[in-house]
Amino acid sequence: MAANSVIGAPIPHDSSRLHVTGRATYTDDIPEPRDLLHIAVGMSERPHARIRKLDLSAVREAPGVVDVMQAVDIPGSNNCGPVVNDDPVFAPGVVEYVGQAIFAVAAETVEQARRATKLARVQYEDLPPILDIREALEAGSFVLPSETISRGDSKQAIRHAANSLSGSVSLGGQDQFYLEGQIAMALPREDGDLFVYSSTQHPGEVQHLVAKAIGKSSKDVVVECRRMGGAFGGKESQAALIACIAGLMADRSGRSCKLRLDRDDDMIMTGKRHDFVIDYEVGFDNAGRIEGIEFMFASRCGMSADLSGAINDRTMFHCDNAYFLENVTIVSHRCKTNTVSNTAFRGFGGPQGMFGIEYVIDEIARCLKKDPLDVRQENFYGIGDRDTTPYEQKIEDNIIHDVVAELAASSDYRARVDEIRQFNQSSRILKRGIALTPVKFGISFTATHLNQAGALVHLYTDGTVHLNHGGTEMGQGLFTKVAQVVADELQIDIGRIKITASDTSKVPNASATAASSGSDMNGKAAQAAARKIRNRLVQFAANQYSVPEAEVIFENSEVRIGSEVLSFEELVQKAWFARVSLSATGFYRTPKIHYDRATFSGRPFFYYAYGAAVSEVIVDTMTGENRLLRVDILHDCGESLNPAIDLGQIEGGFIQGAGWLTSEELCWNETGALQTHAPSTYKIPTSSDLPADFRVKMLESCPNREDTIYRSKAVGEPPLMLGLSVFYAIRDALADTGEPGYRPPLRAPATPEAVLFAVQDGAGSND
Amino acid sequence: MSEGGGSQSRCRVRFLLDDELVELDDIDPNRTVLQFLREDLRRTGTKEGCAEGDCGACTVVVADLDVTGKRVRARAVNSCIQLLPTLDGKELLTVESLGRDGLHPAQKALVDYHGSQCGFCTPGFVMSLFALYKGNADPGRRDIDDALAGNLCRCTGYQPIIKAAKAMYGEAPENGDWLHMPAGEGSDEDERVRRLKSVASDQSLCVEWGSRRFFAPRCVDEMADLLERHPEATLLAGGTDVGLWVTKHHRDLEVVVYTGNVEGLLDAGLTDQYIDIGGAVTLTDAMPLIIGQYKALEELFVRFASPPIRNVGTLAGNIANGSPIGDSMPVLMALGADLVLRRGAHQRTIALHDFYIAYQQTALRTAEFIERILIPLPNENEHVQSYKVSKRFDQDTSAVCAAFRLRLEGGIVAEFRAAYGGMAEIPKRARHCEEALIGEEWNEAGVNAALDALGSDFTPISDMRSSSEYRSQVCRNLLQRFFLETTGASSERVYSYGR
Repeated sequence: MAANSVIGAPIPHDSSRLHVTGRATYTDDIPEPRDLLHIAVGMSERPHARIRKLDLSAVREAPGVVDVMQAVDIPGSNNCGPVVNDDPVFAPGVVEYVGQAIFAVAAETVEQARRATKLARVQYEDLPPILDIREALEAGSFVLPSETISRGDSKQAIRHAANSLSGSVSLGGQDQFYLEGQIAMALPREDGDLFVYSSTQHPGEVQHLVAKAIGKSSKDVVVECRRMGGAFGGKESQAALIACIAGLMADRSGRSCKLRLDRDDDMIMTGKRHDFVIDYEVGFDNAGRIEGIEFMFASRCGMSADLSGAINDRTMFHCDNAYFLENVTIVSHRCKTNTVSNTAFRGFGGPQGMFGIEYVIDEIARCLKKDPLDVRQENFYGIGDRDTTPYEQKIEDNIIHDVVAELAASSDYRARVDEIRQFNQSSRILKRGIALTPVKFGISFTATHLNQAGALVHLYTDGTVHLNHGGTEMGQGLFTKVAQVVADELQIDIGRIKITASDTSKVPNASATAASSGSDMNGKAAQAAARKIRNRLVQFAANQYSVPEAEVIFENSEVRIGSEVLSFEELVQKAWFARVSLSATGFYRTPKIHYDRATFSGRPFFYYAYGAAVSEVIVDTMTGENRLLRVDILHDCGESLNPAIDLGQIEGGFIQGAGWLTSEELCWNETGALQTHAPSTYKIPTSSDLPADFRVKMLESCPNREDTIYRSKAVGEPPLMLGLSVFYAIRDALADTGEPGYRPPLRAPATPEAVLFAVQDGAGSND
Repeated sequence: MSEGGGSQSRCRVRFLLDDELVELDDIDPNRTVLQFLREDLRRTGTKEGCAEGDCGACTVVVADLDVTGKRVRARAVNSCIQLLPTLDGKELLTVESLGRDGLHPAQKALVDYHGSQCGFCTPGFVMSLFALYKGNADPGRRDIDDALAGNLCRCTGYQPIIKAAKAMYGEAPENGDWLHMPAGEGSDEDERVRRLKSVASDQSLCVEWGSRRFFAPRCVDEMADLLERHPEATLLAGGTDVGLWVTKHHRDLEVVVYTGNVEGLLDAGLTDQYIDIGGAVTLTDAMPLIIGQYKALEELFVRFASPPIRNVGTLAGNIANGSPIGDSMPVLMALGADLVLRRGAHQRTIALHDFYIAYQQTALRTAEFIERILIPLPNENEHVQSYKVSKRFDQDTSAVCAAFRLRLEGGIVAEFRAAYGGMAEIPKRARHCEEALIGEEWNEAGVNAALDALGSDFTPISDMRSSSEYRSQVCRNLLQRFFLETTGASSERVYSYGR
């Protein structure tokens, strides 16, 4: 339709000029009301204990303190859990992790509030804690029932296979490390209502949970979020605790209240990516084709269910990655531990499942002394056959063969493998490694009912637009993409569109901006709203000028009506005079999906996003230190809505995934306290970790075969899993420290220590 | 008048912000620059990400005059741990200072190359890029990485920011003034120099706020005197550690004596025997002098913290802090550095390896301070090397840091020093290992004996940085690496590979 479409244009992020000038407003930058109180949270120092006595008198008397509250003071529901009611706002007599909120203090200044929390006297009666996954498995300690997906007879297939292997690998968690810490500010409004500014991916849920906590209804609370300073899943469910505390304190004190977590408190108090123990047993033929496989995935969910059910389901749905597993048994245990409740993080369990199957593939390749890429290609889902997942979804859009073939060629993979093998023969201490790993990631919330979105579009008489939808902006460029959709639909300049804060009073009951679904769903909903208005304008113009509707054409901020040409705003003016409604809501529900959780079968995903990466590393076998040398990526965005924004997601996702598997290590001590709770001890990648040679491409001319918004594909999460190639490149380098067939016992993250201990024959000795 | 320097002292903090003179009479000297910006001025462009100088969201630029007194020097600083009175006599620039009349080239390049996503880290990157722009007219990738080592971005993966760092030099500046022009250029630099001179003062500063005092003396005698009169005082240099006592440990610093304006401590240079570094010389200023004599230490110093930390943190502060994992001490011990300590009018010299007594406990007496650091110049036939091992290349704390100095005479070890960080509760020489080698041949057998001796030098702990097993193994491997490098068997390292 559009000659000069904004669709597919590399438009900068709508806030980029505000970002670089410091004028973008984050929650802590909002002008503070004069009556504002600052909150700090008193946290548990024990992993599992009964609170025998909680003496807060010194806290109350501390300078500047106005109010103190704890579990018994909550007028409504003491829960901020999103699915199961097992996440107390304040510990109700028993604490279940180090860092759990016990009480909150409101004071005149942040400093006064934080200092006051240190004055609490808590008497604990220690209860036995469970601090890691193995311990939980032995004790049968789970937050949710274990689940199994199986197809065929995996036992028998393994027994009859020409080769078999079994083993176990541990995989670390990851802190989201959004740069803007968790924050909420609650303002009392008349009649006991609350207005809450929350840095959240899920304003609707925050609204519902705050309302329940203060003993009121959803109608009494409004939640707004213009932007987050990063989220990555960490503000999907976790923002609710912060907002509930701010809301409760505002409700109780009648004053505005802000809770901004200090970085250490944020990392100690809020959930992260689940760490896993993965056991496997696999039978395969001499080409490396898997004939039967059994997986046991056990994750550390922490003290409550949070989103762990869906996260671990997604692990099960992605432990096939791009491979056909004919005879398969996948067992998933959701372990309850006395540590912080783990939560959503970009990929949402998928990366851990994919890590598992890639580990097995790598094992098979080492065992058969084959190049891992050969084994990967041997196992890819077929096109027309071998194309059904363990959860019974037929893969209709498989492009992994082409993606991998194109990347292997463009990255010169085969020649580089040979060159690296030669290098390693002559290099005693430094070893290089390379790996190509594929990504196939299912798009849609696996909970089918969440796949719905709403939007609200107002058209003003001067021809400008107020755009609102249920999605939230965390840096991913969603607001820009949705504005592009509306600009295209109305054929107006994007500058006419005001992108506005997510607001529960404009679009109700929105799902979290998660599961990579933001643009797919909100783009469609906004398109529907804009289309309603356009259709009304078309109808009006056709009537007014007595032409067929087909002769009313919107283009370049103008409207051609038969032989007449009006500016867009002239038509809008006329329509307004004629009493045409210039405001509309739009709604979208993702089609085709259905899924029966009882049998783990159906079509949970509307489509799949694909990609592949080749990473090359160098490893120091005397210290285990390692560096990325070169990365080649080919990623599938369908018909990209905005290639600049999508490229940012691919590059950023890859580096985040690489960080997860290399330098980012979460350490707990023997008493269950997190030791890595600030950037001084928790190391996300820096600029120098970006490889000197970084070649990123988007797949061209490859529209989504499903009817998504302009045939684009979701891009939020899938690129994170491209980072798996870094881990397997390190393992490839380590394999050359041993005889052919050496299978390095490398755990993730591949810190220098983990790498050194996987060097064959004695930890870095170079004799 | 205050009790500081008698009639010579003043109590008003004066600095420039956006060309305006800021004068503060009644301020809590424990207040950070970030709190001042965000809470007092509501200049909220500068963000708090960690309050410990490790993420860079709070980066601002502090400008002062360079050693010639004729040029303006702009350096990135972490405002979250910088105490407000340390701005006295300087100019503060924040992200808001740059975008006042159209975008600055650093800002424009970030927009053009899609260098922001969530945008929260962006003001900090803008300021680090601005400091780079004013400090280096033609940076390579390594310079850019170094300039950005103190800024974390969780969204972009850095590629667009690195592209912007290169491209900003090609953006057309809004005008030709100092702010908008790259290093060495700017039509109004003389005017800026004049303004900076007008705000600087020869007088000592004494901020009084309730019972709190912040002294910024101007000469060593005055500082020595102040410390004797206030033996409980906290000595503040760069504040990259002391700042955390305030922001993280919520400690009240009642009396602070700031070394940053003490003229006799700010000089550094070469004598016929030493690299002679004053007690208030920043790491940024000390490092080129040391690398100038010991080229092999370049990697260690590139990996030492980040520019915003090195720009204010001092070498003496790193030493006096006494952390078992500080990165300067092993190498300075290996080089045989001495410290000149001062208390009142009394000076004494102590070898660095005798300075550390126990965990965070040093030989410093009450009211005593490090006046100078004396590092011997290199000798003939000498090999010097230092190795840092950490989870991340840039701005990370060492799991193990090792330094060696070896002098051979006819293939025999005439002198050998090995010092380690991360292996004990203090930075420490490996005496057994040293003894095992001195007088022996520098060959595999000799080194193997020394490796065994290392076992009796250290029993490292396990913590979040690494396990004791790893530390023990790497401790040995680094000596072995030194042997391989000095014998020409191998010298490649992952960090320089392919660069």
